[in-house]
Amino acid sequence: MTTVHHDTEPAQPVDVHDPKMTRFDIVKEGLRRDEIEIITYESQFQGRDSKAEKRVVRNIALLFMLSGLAALVFLAAYIWWPWRFELGETMSDFYTPILGISLGVSLFALGFAILAWAKKLLPHEVSIQARHDGASPSDEQLITGQTALFVGDELAGGVQRRPLLKGAIGLAAAPLGIVAAAPLIGGLIENPHKGSPPPLFSTGFNPVHNNGQPVRLAREDGTPIRPEDISTGGQATVFPGIPHGATNEFADSPTLLIHLRADDAEETRRNAEADRRNAGSMYGDYVAYSKICTHAGCPASLYEQQTNRLLCPCHQSQFLITRNAQPVFGPASRRLPMLPLGVDDEGYFVAKSDFKDTVGPDFWERP
Amino acid sequence: MKRRKVDLAQAPVAVARGTDERFQAATPLRALLNKVFPDHWSFLLGEIALFSFIVLLLTGVFLTLFFDPSMKEVAYDGPYSALRGTEMSAAYESSLRLSFEVRGGLFMRQMHHWAALLFMASIVVHMARIFFTGAYRKPREINWVIGIILFLLGFFAGFTGYSLPDDGLSGTGLRIASAIMLSFPIIGTWLSAAVFGGEFPGHLIIGRFYIAHVLLIPGGLLALISIHLALVFKQKHTQWPGPMRTNTNVVGERMFPRYALKQGGFFMACFGTIALLAGLFQINPIWLFGPYRASEVSSASQPDWYVMFMDGLVRLMPNWQIYIGNYSIPPLFWPAGVGLGVIFTLPLLWPWLESRKSGDKRIHNLLERPRDNPERVGIGAMAFTFFLVATISGANDVIADKFHISLNAMTWAGRIGLIVGPPLMYWVAVRICLGLQQHDREVLAHGVETGIIRRLPNGQFVEVHQPLGPVDDHGHPEPLEYGGWVVPKKMNRVGALAPAIKGFFFPVEKPAEAPVSPGMPPVSGKDREEIGSGR
Repeated sequence: MTTVHHDTEPAQPVDVHDPKMTRFDIVKEGLRRDEIEIITYESQFQGRDSKAEKRVVRNIALLFMLSGLAALVFLAAYIWWPWRFELGETMSDFYTPILGISLGVSLFALGFAILAWAKKLLPHEVSIQARHDGASPSDEQLITGQTALFVGDELAGGVQRRPLLKGAIGLAAAPLGIVAAAPLIGGLIENPHKGSPPPLFSTGFNPVHNNGQPVRLAREDGTPIRPEDISTGGQATVFPGIPHGATNEFADSPTLLIHLRADDAEETRRNAEADRRNAGSMYGDYVAYSKICTHAGCPASLYEQQTNRLLCPCHQSQFLITRNAQPVFGPASRRLPMLPLGVDDEGYFVAKSDFKDTVGPDFWERP
Repeated sequence: MKRRKVDLAQAPVAVARGTDERFQAATPLRALLNKVFPDHWSFLLGEIALFSFIVLLLTGVFLTLFFDPSMKEVAYDGPYSALRGTEMSAAYESSLRLSFEVRGGLFMRQMHHWAALLFMASIVVHMARIFFTGAYRKPREINWVIGIILFLLGFFAGFTGYSLPDDGLSGTGLRIASAIMLSFPIIGTWLSAAVFGGEFPGHLIIGRFYIAHVLLIPGGLLALISIHLALVFKQKHTQWPGPMRTNTNVVGERMFPRYALKQGGFFMACFGTIALLAGLFQINPIWLFGPYRASEVSSASQPDWYVMFMDGLVRLMPNWQIYIGNYSIPPLFWPAGVGLGVIFTLPLLWPWLESRKSGDKRIHNLLERPRDNPERVGIGAMAFTFFLVATISGANDVIADKFHISLNAMTWAGRIGLIVGPPLMYWVAVRICLGLQQHDREVLAHGVETGIIRRLPNGQFVEVHQPLGPVDDHGHPEPLEYGGWVVPKKMNRVGALAPAIKGFFFPVEKPAEAPVSPGMPPVSGKDREEIGSGR
């Protein structure tokens, strides 16, 4: 170990081929060339093989061995521990924790061993290196600038003098530039309003999906629902009773069917009848609202029976069921659309038509 | 022909010479070995982000070997019996398989997710360090900009990543993302249709997010991280002011051997932390959420923490809808569209805004202590208060539930807090900075408080101060200049106490002798006397 202390005179160039030079002398010459001045470089221990040094070395060795041991534990657990998942409390529950702990301990021990090695065993050092920032010398700036301008003159100036070239380059570049954008635009851009009925304004309850017949309300498994299936104060999530009606293909169709208590139903009906679009949409004490929040499209599915509110768990918009599902709190600005309810000849719920309001999150061109 | 004997001992020399003949590597390699780095614990925060990114790349490659980015509907038939027979997308099914049927798969998945959380967290903390110490000032403005873009890329990497399993929670996140796109004026529906390939959810989004998550975004991250580090290398790291440190030098250690070794150890410790987190703390248990169904969501649906501020802003936004003839702008547009844009654009421009206001166009390689620039700290406190209130509001339903607070009260508290909190914290931060500044100046002028109280002949009590520098003829300290660095404020900082004894359980070295005051010889055993009753 070498101890160096700051000497005031700046280092002088030396002949590195001189056989009398020690390796550290040559290193110092390199530092001088890199504009580094080494201020302190000294062992952290007094003398060689001191008691303190031996203790540090022992601890570091211990850490390395601990690291290897923990890695072996990881490997053993990885190979032999029962890892296949089974429901219930089994040995496999501990598989991931064992892997984590053994790998964590192994890496931590290795990390601390390296850190201790660097911080305790290696000599303490303070070096100073010069910084050069700011602009390049002014003549360099000038030369590079003039070179760039020269290149510019050769190309652009040449084109200026040769007008035919100007037009020809423009004719070549413009279409080719558009070619680069064409696949993206042609492939990615879809008309959101194409199709009949337009997808953003229709749901699975549109009779189009049922050969023009009113669509039945169905449970998730596709079975239709009768009014008597839902007890007073109860509610059910219903889907269009068409093939794939309950899948994400009709992601805007889930609807909440609620059987209101008589007095609430009275109030709801009064408010619905007073509304141009919702008039005549209730069936008895039953009302159905779109479950898709008009704010960001989450299912507004938390039904508070006591206050007759629907809460969307994503952003906490609250809708008052008895008042046409108008938003009463939170960021939603639009009421939940009401599904016009009816009952067919066999006594099952049907949607008399699609939702009359637009379902789902709001957008610019919604009428 | 006689075979020439290969001299193995000379082989490294031969290889080195051959390399240098071809690449002229000697000089640049020496400069690299010798490069001096300044050291401070806060300079390691960015390294945590780098190390987490390495872990992300390693674990991420493993995950791609088993993940199927397809939205084809399949019926689950695996060991997790709660979902057996359920229709789900192939993406969700393969994520379940990765968690339950691949040896160590769940561990790797959790490591990937924890590393992502740590990546984003260390970016934010690293950015706070850069901001509050003024490290972004000329000549480092571009690296600040790259850092902000890295956060933005990380944000999208995280969002596209946790959307991939197509579980109940992430599907809801995608639904909200689609709603945010729809909320953009004029282009909204076209934007959403372009991204989702038609009406939400379509059949393409997982595949598109997959290629973005495993190729496009990591490619961008990798390129920008490389430039970020290259610029740090080229422009040399900033350093704190202190003895010998000037604006034109770097005081520290050479890269090799000590600095690089310490970095290696630190990497292992970061890696170990992620491994422990992944093994011990369950994260994103997708099997509990079920496959995505448009009709289902659970309460307490929160995104990952770095997206929560946006969710919070969306929750706090009042339901103001703007109607323009037959068209309308939904309230969602303001927090999620405009808000996100402003939140990323303002910091991007900050270095130039500040230098324009202060007129400072000089090059700064020395950091500023936060207290020395109260206005900057105040602005930073404002920004972080805003971020914090928004983030907390992103979980306001959970807080309302756990602490039995009204949900509406939480929302209102967030709305008011978002407006009142930042100016308030600006004021508090500026006052704290000014107070700290004043105390520094006080200590420089009068010295360190010793804790020794002296009674003057007139009965007055005064505290004895230890001057930090020379004193004048009357024994009063001569005023010292503030150097932009820590002012010692405790007696043990100026060597009044014996040096700390090394060793954890017992001293490794014989403790150095405590300095002895000539006026007060140390008390030894034989001088001691038991205090009795006095009789």
